[in-house]
Amino acid sequence: MRAQFVLSEIWIGLRRNLTMTIAVITTVAISLALFGAGLLINQQVSEMRGYWGERVSLTVYLCNDTSPSAICQESGAASDEERQAIQSQLESMPEVAQVTFMTESEAWQDFQDRFSNSEALVEATEEGDIPANFRVQLQDPGDHDTVAGAVAEMPGVDSVSNDQEVLDQFFELLDGLKWAALVVAAVQLAAAALLIGNTIRLSAYSRRRETGIMRLVGASNFYIQLPFLLEGAIAGLIGGIFASGFIVATKFFLLDKVQDWFQFDVTLGMGSVFYVIGVSMILGVLLCTIASFLTLRRYLRV
Amino acid sequence: MIHFENVTKVYPTQKRPALDGVSIDVDKGEFVFLVGPSGSGKSTFLRLVLKEEKPTKGRVHVAGKDLARLSNWKVPHLRRRIGCVFQDFRLLPNKNVFENVAFALEVIGKPRRFIRKVVPEVVELVGLEGKSTRMPDELSGGEQQRVAIARAFVNRPQILLADEPTGNIDPATSIGIMKVLDRINRTGTTVVMATHDAAIVDSMRKRVIELEEGQVVRDQSRGVYGQAY
Repeated sequence: MRAQFVLSEIWIGLRRNLTMTIAVITTVAISLALFGAGLLINQQVSEMRGYWGERVSLTVYLCNDTSPSAICQESGAASDEERQAIQSQLESMPEVAQVTFMTESEAWQDFQDRFSNSEALVEATEEGDIPANFRVQLQDPGDHDTVAGAVAEMPGVDSVSNDQEVLDQFFELLDGLKWAALVVAAVQLAAAALLIGNTIRLSAYSRRRETGIMRLVGASNFYIQLPFLLEGAIAGLIGGIFASGFIVATKFFLLDKVQDWFQFDVTLGMGSVFYVIGVSMILGVLLCTIASFLTLRRYLRV
Repeated sequence: MIHFENVTKVYPTQKRPALDGVSIDVDKGEFVFLVGPSGSGKSTFLRLVLKEEKPTKGRVHVAGKDLARLSNWKVPHLRRRIGCVFQDFRLLPNKNVFENVAFALEVIGKPRRFIRKVVPEVVELVGLEGKSTRMPDELSGGEQQRVAIARAFVNRPQILLADEPTGNIDPATSIGIMKVLDRINRTGTTVVMATHDAAIVDSMRKRVIELEEGQVVRDQSRGVYGQAY
C-alpha cells in the first residue's frame, strides 16, 4: 500500500469537486451539530432529573383557621389527633425516607429566610399565612403519587404540593427541544448521505479513466475504492470538527445559561461534552464512509 | 495458456450469440492473430479471457485457472498476469511516460525502488529511451502505443492481449509496433492480437484464428489474413 499515492488521489478528488465537497461538509456539520445538541440536552436532562430526584419532596399542608380552601372551611383547623394520624400514616409507608413537621412559626421563619432579599413579599405575609406542614422526603421520587394519595383525603389535610409537577413541565420543555433537534438532525443526516453519494459518484466519473486502468492492471478492489472511501470519510471528519465547535457553544451559551437561571449546580462536565463530540464525529465519519461505499458498489463495478 | 471449451456468449440485449461454441487452445509462448470482421466476436473473446464477462456456456481456462471457479476478489490477481493494449492507448494525459508506466506498478503496491529499476528497462525495451519525461500529447500515435505496451508489459505478464493495437497508427509506424510485440513474444510471453490489418498478418506469418459470426472458421499456423483474396 502506497500511502502517498492514496493521499494525493484523495486530495485531487476533494479539490476537483470543491463545491460539492463544501456542500457535503456544511450539511454534515449542521446535522452533526443538531445531533450533538440533542444528545447534550438529553444528558443535561438526565443529570437534572438525578439531581432533583434526590431532592424532590412532598409538602403536606394542614388546615388552620385561615385556610381558604373548601375542605378546611368545613372541618376547621387540624386537631392534634389528626396531625398525629397523618404523621404515623406517613411514617408507616415504606416509600417515605424522612418526615419533618414544621409548625406555623417555623414555616414562617423558613419563608422569611428564603425570601430575605425580597422585602415586599415578606412584609405582605404574616405568621399563620403558611400553615403547619409535613416535609416528606421520598426514597424514590417516582412514588410521589402513592404517598400523596395516601394522605390527601385524611381529615385535617388541606393540600399536598409536589415539586415534581413544576419540574416536569421544565423537563418537558427540554425534552421537546431535544426531540426537535434530533428529528431535524435525522433529516439533515439523510440529506448529507445523499449528497455524499452524489459527490462520490461525480468523483468516480471524473476518475473513470484512472480506475479503468487500475482495474486492467489488476489493482485490488480495495485499492481502487480506498481513495473514494477516504474522500467521504475526510469530508465527514471536517464536518464533524465544525460540528464540535457548535456543540461546545451549545453547552456554554445554552445549557450553562439555563443553569444560571436556576442557581443550582448541575452543569455538565467537559467529560460529557467530549463524549457527545466523540459520538457525533464517529457517526459523521461512519455515515460518510458507508454512503460512499454504497455508491461505489453501484458506480464502480469491478 | 488460454483454453476455450465450447464457449458460447449471449449478451442479454442480443439474440445472436457473440461467440457460438468456440473451442480454442493457445499455448505458452505462442503469437496468435485473431481476425474477422467487426462483430465477429474478437472483443468478446478478449473480455472473456480477462473475466470482464462470464460465458453463457462452456469453460474458460486462463493460465491454468478455471475462470468459472475463480472468485471475484481473485480476479485482480488474474489480471496481473495479463497485459492489455488497446486501439485508443488509454494513457493518463496528466502523467508523463515514466509515470504512466509506473502507475501500473504503483496501484498493485510495488515498492518504489523496484519501480525505479524496472520502468526504465521496459521503456527502453519498447524503444522510448530518453523520452521518459515526455507527456502523452508530446508523443506521436506510435510512441503513445509504445507507452501503452510498456505499461501492459512492465509487470511481466504471462499473456499480452492486444485489441487492434495498430488501428490508429499509419502502416509504417505499425511495423515498429509489431516489432515491439514480437520482441515481447520472444521473452516467452503469449501474445494474442485482434486485428483488421491484413498487411501485418501476412507479413508476420504467425498463427491466425479467424472468427465469423461468433464461430471459428479458420485456425491456421503460419497463416495469412484472408485466403479468399
